[in-house]
Amino acid sequence: MSPAAEERHETRDTDLGGEELRARLSKTWGTGRGLIGALSTVDHKIIGIRYAMTAFAFLLAGGIMAIIMRLQLARPDSHLVDAELYNQLFTMHGTTMMFLFGVPVGEAFAVYLVPLMVGTRNIAFPRLNAFSYYVYLFGGLMLWGGFALSIRPDVGWFSYVPLASLDFTPGKGPDYWAQMITFTEVAALAVSVEIVVTVLKQRAPGMTLDRIPLFVWTMLVHSFIIIFAMPAVMLASSMLIMDRLVGTQFFNADAGGDLLLWQHLFWFFGHPEVYIIFLPGTAFVSAIVATFSRRPIFGYLPMVLSLIAIGFLSFGLWVHHMFVTGLPEVGAAFFTASSMAIAIPNGVQIFCWIATLWDGKPVLKTPLIFVLGFFFIFVAGGLSGVMLASVPIDTQVHDTYFVVAHFHYVLIGGTLFPLVAAVYYWFPKVTGRLMDERVGKWQFALAFIGFNTAFFPMHLLGLHGMPRRVYTYPAEMGWGGLNLLASAGALLFFASFLLMLWNMVVSARSGAFAGDNPWDAETLEWAASSPPQPQNFDRIPYITSRSPLWDQGDDKAVVGGLKVDERELVVTSITEARPDIREESPAPSIWPFLAAFATAVAFIGSIYTPWAITWGSPVVAIVLVAWFWPKTIEENV
Amino acid sequence: MVRSVIDVSGLPTYAFGSRVTPWWGTLSFCLLEGTGFALGIAGYLYLAVTNTHWTKDAVHLNLVWSALFTIVLVVSALPNFLIRRAAMRESLRSVRVLLLVMSAVGLVLVGLRVMEFSALPVRWSDNAYGSFVWLLLGLHGVHVLTDVADTLVLTVLMFTRHGTGKRFSDAEDNAFYWYFVVLSWLPLYAVLYWLPRL
Repeated sequence: MSPAAEERHETRDTDLGGEELRARLSKTWGTGRGLIGALSTVDHKIIGIRYAMTAFAFLLAGGIMAIIMRLQLARPDSHLVDAELYNQLFTMHGTTMMFLFGVPVGEAFAVYLVPLMVGTRNIAFPRLNAFSYYVYLFGGLMLWGGFALSIRPDVGWFSYVPLASLDFTPGKGPDYWAQMITFTEVAALAVSVEIVVTVLKQRAPGMTLDRIPLFVWTMLVHSFIIIFAMPAVMLASSMLIMDRLVGTQFFNADAGGDLLLWQHLFWFFGHPEVYIIFLPGTAFVSAIVATFSRRPIFGYLPMVLSLIAIGFLSFGLWVHHMFVTGLPEVGAAFFTASSMAIAIPNGVQIFCWIATLWDGKPVLKTPLIFVLGFFFIFVAGGLSGVMLASVPIDTQVHDTYFVVAHFHYVLIGGTLFPLVAAVYYWFPKVTGRLMDERVGKWQFALAFIGFNTAFFPMHLLGLHGMPRRVYTYPAEMGWGGLNLLASAGALLFFASFLLMLWNMVVSARSGAFAGDNPWDAETLEWAASSPPQPQNFDRIPYITSRSPLWDQGDDKAVVGGLKVDERELVVTSITEARPDIREESPAPSIWPFLAAFATAVAFIGSIYTPWAITWGSPVVAIVLVAWFWPKTIEENV
Repeated sequence: MVRSVIDVSGLPTYAFGSRVTPWWGTLSFCLLEGTGFALGIAGYLYLAVTNTHWTKDAVHLNLVWSALFTIVLVVSALPNFLIRRAAMRESLRSVRVLLLVMSAVGLVLVGLRVMEFSALPVRWSDNAYGSFVWLLLGLHGVHVLTDVADTLVLTVLMFTRHGTGKRFSDAEDNAFYWYFVVLSWLPLYAVLYWLPRL
């Protein structure tokens, strides 16, 4: 190595400062130009934005499905869509919202924000992160591409057997559904592993366990839930597709299989799934409530313990989805009790947020207003949840619109309202510009009124006996008025999202400049520039408190000694975050994209012939070897 | 005012075991794959309890090939242990020799697993019991196959100019994962081969 190269090789962040350091680091951590550069990027921020935009596109698609269904149900005896299409619509709506929007959108925020909040330069295993995004994208495109080509699953988002078996549903719809599960769960599991390792090992020096932001704690618990829950649905959907394609008998009661086995495996995933979708919402709420109350969250320790309790309890509830399947009474009683028990840690969280607001000086900006909407709607959904946990009530209203009302209150209240809050809150970090506040408040009014008008009447419809998943109803039932009201509300609610989309587009181009920390928030992402540089931070911060940006004065403690021209980051110890290793973070690579592509071809091919796995595996293996093989001798040092 | 309070320039660029990120990544994958195995076994047991024809369906599996497989697999933990140790000492010669040993052992195990499949008295399509036997054996087989493939690539890698520094940490990580392949087999072996005989 020439002396000049050696000097460049050895330059540390302590040797430089200001603009030169920023420019050199930005070059080291940057993304290449052109299509190849874009497909090779390993920057967690770019991939996080792609995750979010893809998830929002699916939200729009799933929302349009919902609107078509509401138009159909707006009046009795309607023939806007027929029964067959209606089955496809509610299947695609549920599947899209749960697997292609609900789970990935939480990951999008985790991928973008967690590395910034823990003060590191990239997520752990950044190439796996890139791979996971492409796998998710291909899975979503496969499902919707199939839909466009009239290969349409129509057996519900949970694909119950025997309806989903080959005997009752020939065609490829359920196979596309099952394979989409494999795609999205591979992606979700990969991201979870990355988040766990980023949080455990890549926190900035000094960020001990009790200084981890609540947002990050929440995403850690969220990731662990995914790690233990998602294998269940992957296993179940693989068993289903094998029953359909190669003649296994897992769910065939005539050959020793069992129908309820599907339900057990599905809901062992399916109930934690509710928390997989909901916990990111609580992460947003914790961050936003603290910032706009101008004080740290009240009860940090009970909040963390509640999160962990929710993580454990979420695995003890699944059977309450199966109360009408004729369970032993003791089993039903146990799952009733555990379903009620989980209201306790959720309640603790709600009380801590309210106490924070109570003791603080709340600033009513759009993010906080949406959080207040969340309190109202989520608590209402939680209360109907406690009602449903009781077997006699559940038996009465099972498969009625009461249940539809309940879970939309929980999921939309628990996830979408905080999500909109999060969009308004972090938009300035991502784009450098603020979203329009006035439009934000109009949006809230539309969303809140629209949502409650759409979904509150469904409680009543359910109590009046209107079943779920019917494409129409006779006028004599007397459900017409409430349905019309619900449909009108749904249109308003949908319009609120179009308003947000418009606000995002306009604000990205001409919104007010935000600066680094427009809300005067406490956590580290606001110490980075807006939008953040590829390296996130020019100097890795040294953490001495739970609210680093509030507690530090002009004196900023930082870590020194990382190389400037190599992708180095600090690996720290798990509990005390003592610096331990200068680990090299992988550079951009096209191989994750190619690996995802090869995997997608093999998975989609397997729907048509099992040999696709046999022939696809060696190809995937070769691509993986190319991905991991060191390209230079320096990579080994 | 920016003030450096810690200097990390003297820290190593790689280490072993739980100090490095890949170890935690591997552990996380062991957790999620272990959950998959546990749920697979749970499904098998669920049918064993609920299906009235189970005792008739659950034909006994051939003990010869599986016993050989289990013995070789358990014994492989020893060279695996030695690899971890040699890797942590960064002894290139020992790591190379032991990786060759592990590659050979791995290929033998793949062969034994193929024999296990060919000796199965039940097909996956015969009944749900057969489906589960093929599923669980296959699921574990995939783990054996992928780690053997990984070991082969690593063996080649250690014989090239890349066989230095951080690659010892990779070798250690690969050995760590092999323990999971060994340990996850034991409950599967008990359930598949011995439970129906009780």
